[in-house]
Amino acid sequence: MLLNQFLLLAAVLFCIGVYGVLVRRNGMLVLMSIEIILNAVNINLVAFGALTDNVGGEVFALFAIAVAAAEVGIGLAIVLLMYRNRRSIDLSEADLLKG
Amino acid sequence: MLAALVQAGGSFSRPSVDWHAASPELILLGVGVLITVIDVVWKQRARSLVVGLSSVGLLAALVPVVTLAVDGTPRSMFGGAFVVDDYALIMKAIFLLSAYVVVLMSTNYIAEGDYWENEYYSMLLTSVLGMLLMTSARDLISIFVALELLSIPAYMLATWRKRDLKSNEAGLKYYLMGVFASAIMLYGMSLLYGSAGTTLLTGINKAVSATDKPTAVVTLGVVFVLIGFAFKVSAVPFHTWAPDTYEGAPTPVTAFLSVASKAAGFVGLMNILFVGLIGRSDVYQPLIWILAAASMIVGNTVALRQTNIVRMLAYSSIAHAGYMLAPLAVVSADVVFAGGGSVVVADQALRATVTYLAIYAAANLGAFAVVIAVARKIRTAEIDGYQGLFRYAPGLTVLMTIFLFSLAGIPPLGGWFGKFRVLEALISPGTAWGSTLALLVVVNSVVALYYYGRVAVKMWVEEVPDGDMTPVRVPVSLAAALGLTAVATLAFGVGPGLIGHFTEVSLLAGIGG
Repeated sequence: MLLNQFLLLAAVLFCIGVYGVLVRRNGMLVLMSIEIILNAVNINLVAFGALTDNVGGEVFALFAIAVAAAEVGIGLAIVLLMYRNRRSIDLSEADLLKG
Repeated sequence: MLAALVQAGGSFSRPSVDWHAASPELILLGVGVLITVIDVVWKQRARSLVVGLSSVGLLAALVPVVTLAVDGTPRSMFGGAFVVDDYALIMKAIFLLSAYVVVLMSTNYIAEGDYWENEYYSMLLTSVLGMLLMTSARDLISIFVALELLSIPAYMLATWRKRDLKSNEAGLKYYLMGVFASAIMLYGMSLLYGSAGTTLLTGINKAVSATDKPTAVVTLGVVFVLIGFAFKVSAVPFHTWAPDTYEGAPTPVTAFLSVASKAAGFVGLMNILFVGLIGRSDVYQPLIWILAAASMIVGNTVALRQTNIVRMLAYSSIAHAGYMLAPLAVVSADVVFAGGGSVVVADQALRATVTYLAIYAAANLGAFAVVIAVARKIRTAEIDGYQGLFRYAPGLTVLMTIFLFSLAGIPPLGGWFGKFRVLEALISPGTAWGSTLALLVVVNSVVALYYYGRVAVKMWVEEVPDGDMTPVRVPVSLAAALGLTAVATLAFGVGPGLIGHFTEVSLLAGIGG
């Protein structure tokens, strides 16, 4: 069935994204991995919406896109701030706070 | 798809808006926008005006909350996506009052630290706006938007000290963990939406409880949504960001995160559990049980070896998240739909968590207010710096002892009543799982007494290390914050009916419990 293919694609993207967030140590790549997860969600929402003939899914996807844009704006600002203060965006170097 | 949209557009009629029900949010939105405009026009010259305006805005938003509570009828808008009932109103009141106390705590801290002031308050108000929306959200989309509205400004607040490496790191960790969690939660929400065909929580409840056993999609959806909220309320094993963020962020922001942001996570979780997933308790009960037990045990044991008071309070707040999650682990569909007296059991769990949240908010905000006041003199948050505090700041010592002992749950301070309600909710269903969790709560409360008591001993018994006896100068607004939280903590403990009366709320009325 058609829906399965969309859901499978979304699941694969979701796994790639989670892997990226957990493994990558570069701030930018982690942000991109999070974006991949959010796009997996959007595929899911639109596919389910089309299947059930319910516009709720598309509306939800639009909200998710808008919110993701705002989130990434803040994320880029924070990573930029880190670069300004440290000249590096390697997350494993951010280890001042622990215990 | 587009055709469906156009078709729907053809017969579009404006949904009726109950302006009274939406007025707390609208007032806060108006004040937030006003502050942003004032900031653009007058820049930093408007500092003092902005502080006053944000306090007035928060208190003004409390007025419609009170009038709505007096009116008493539950109101519902947008097909049931926005509901104002007693539960929503008591939580709105808690959020507005905690935010007011945070503004009082911030006034001098932010001004003296040479931080950006006007933006700070508009961010704070935006975050509170998200929290108010969360209390009324009964729909996946509105829950998601409310969660992001309250989180995104909080990421910026945590990073407020732009040139401080620790604050950068606090914000970075909070941001990455928070966004990752909300992405996972969103994936879970998309699965729940897919299995129900609607974003309304009541519709989801019908769809997920239709089958005898949960389908794989529903199970995955529930698990992912729970993981998302577990990050937000900093439950173990999703708590790693909390101590780092709390330590690195400006202290008033830490107070805000540990109280209001955590409470908002609980509100969203309770909305989804009680209204949307109550029929699938076979999936969520074991998960919440594990989260609650792990948070209590890990939070308290790690707090034992902390040398920084902010980190200690961070781990203690993780443990408190465990106590607050515990009643939710005994809520089940059998209990709800068996009818008669058993509805009371599920409602009892909700009331226990709400009561605990209110009492915890007062004591924890107070403790952070004392930390801010003391840091004005000793310039550190190390617990060793509190040695001999009683010698030169007896008032602050007494207050800190009140707050810490309330968190520990010693009568007659507020905390005991919260713990009492939690234990009552855990034991009354009479299940082995509930009783085990109750036992864990008791054991952990005893462990917690040790590290709260250690700070008290340092303050009362030990000598001042450097012999510097100059008193701590507490500014008026900070003193007001201390006074408000202390009065609340004492009042909740001496007259539990005071808070008990307001937390007689229910989320189950709407779903035929």
